[in-house]
Amino acid sequence: MTTSAVPAKRAVGEKGGATSVAPPGRPAARRRVRSGQWAAWAFLAPVVAYLLVFYAFPLYRNVELSLKDYTVRSFVDGTAPFVWFDNYAKVIQNATFWPALTHTAIFTFVSIAFQFSIGLALAVFFFQHFRLASTLRALFLVPWLLPLIVSASTWSWMFNSDSGIVNSALEALGLPQINWLTSPDWSLIAVLIANIWIGIPFNLVILYSGLQNISGDLYEAASLDGANGWQKFWRITFPLLRPVSAITILLGLVYTLKVFDIIWIMTKGGPADSSTTLSTWSYRLGFGSVLPDFSPAAAVGNILILIALVFGLVYLRTQRKLDPS
Amino acid sequence: MTRRRAWWKTLLGVVLTAIMLFPVYWMINVSLTPTTEMRKSPPDWFPVHGTIEGYLAVARDQLPYLGVSLLVGLGTVVLTLVLSAPAAYSLAKLRPRGGRPLSFILLIAQMIPAIIMAMGFYAIYLGIGMLNSIPGLIVADSTIAVPFGVLIFTAFMNGIPDELTAAATIDGAGAWRTFRSIILPISRNSIVTVSLFAFLWAWSDFIFASTLDGGGDLQPITLGIYKYIGNNNQEWNSIMATAVVASIPAAVLLVVAQRYVAAGITAGAVKD
Repeated sequence: MTTSAVPAKRAVGEKGGATSVAPPGRPAARRRVRSGQWAAWAFLAPVVAYLLVFYAFPLYRNVELSLKDYTVRSFVDGTAPFVWFDNYAKVIQNATFWPALTHTAIFTFVSIAFQFSIGLALAVFFFQHFRLASTLRALFLVPWLLPLIVSASTWSWMFNSDSGIVNSALEALGLPQINWLTSPDWSLIAVLIANIWIGIPFNLVILYSGLQNISGDLYEAASLDGANGWQKFWRITFPLLRPVSAITILLGLVYTLKVFDIIWIMTKGGPADSSTTLSTWSYRLGFGSVLPDFSPAAAVGNILILIALVFGLVYLRTQRKLDPS
Repeated sequence: MTRRRAWWKTLLGVVLTAIMLFPVYWMINVSLTPTTEMRKSPPDWFPVHGTIEGYLAVARDQLPYLGVSLLVGLGTVVLTLVLSAPAAYSLAKLRPRGGRPLSFILLIAQMIPAIIMAMGFYAIYLGIGMLNSIPGLIVADSTIAVPFGVLIFTAFMNGIPDELTAAATIDGAGAWRTFRSIILPISRNSIVTVSLFAFLWAWSDFIFASTLDGGGDLQPITLGIYKYIGNNNQEWNSIMATAVVASIPAAVLLVVAQRYVAAGITAGAVKD
């Protein structure tokens, strides 16, 4: 999902030019435009219908779930009573709520901080056009293309307390062993490490494309003025990369907020909720036990949507401001 | 002097790549390790007593799952293309009123967490009996790819010169004819790009599979791995062998189609 940043940016930017075409003047032209409108909407109709049935309706059902008090029985026969915001109140008062919210915030911000800074360092490094640079850069995409369950299960085994390679490496260095996935102090860090690993390629690719848009003349001029590599980075690269950086980070926020697979497969949010985030909590309420609690699960999900939308709108605003074509 | 520095950079690049890909190497290494040495401490860094028992287990247990994933992936690709290419043509070239809000909605749609979609789909599928079915899974998986597909196609088709479509109109071609005979052939690269990602996301999907197909007879490979982890936490060679096999599409796509991905992503930039 994350690749869309660059193309999506274009799509928004270019729409501006598209809508201002040909104000209808004479009647003939107007008829032409009108029949064009019919054709245009005929081509759009399938996607509009699709969005209504497969996006709007599931979302509507989700809101409905959260506003009624569903049990397993009423889930099937549809006789749940309307309870307004009771589910939300219950969820917020639940002992898991604050830990889940805090973990979501920590998971998101720490992930982004590391993914972005490592991705930026690598982008600058790979931009130097040495031998094999493009091949190695392509190999860096691998973690991002692998199915998440593959990455998550590989990291699970690497973090295994007794037989994992990570602990064995720590032992070789004379450091104490860590119960990465089974200790409440470390589980969040373990899933963070795996998630940072997965997100680096995305940051690398977008920031690299940003570097390509910075004029080489600037660096040449700076060299003539006697700037060293460090100065060039902080005086030229970093300021000029700010728009792309903002977009990378905001998009990263939106996508990291909804990370679910990694955490669920590695720790199931445990032990004792120590790596539970809003998305794993919502899943656990709805699908994680024999007796599902759909209404609170939907309420948690909707809280998550609200948070994602706030960052999403900030992202779209930033993007529009930066690309006002 | 510059040549010597470049040589150092290549070496550093190789080392960094090796660190980055270490987990992938480790997955392959463990997949070849015999069960008896799985708990050995410290573990062997190379598969010195390499065995293919893990892969035999994959051939024994996982083939049906792989088949289902292939089917779901291909189905998702078809559905995504059929829905998104015409819509993008309309947005890019026919300029419908209300096209702009629609693009905005598509951008927002990409940000909705899948877990929430899964819950909504579950409630709907339960009512109409579509749980545990392959078409149900295809539809759910396509929700990840359709907004992305429309946006990629729109970006690309915006770059097709209006002179081309205008010439077709003068020759008497209607919108459909223009779309089929001019727009689609030119958009080949973006069709490959969208298909690639649609396939990969459907192939990798775990949330929709586990919520909407949790009790089905026909389950995708992600659930095959998940059940493996749950059932036998001793035979990690089988689990990792399955993981290796499940990674093949990603590897193939990276090797074969990398230039298409690049072409698709830079397509939008050609215009200005």
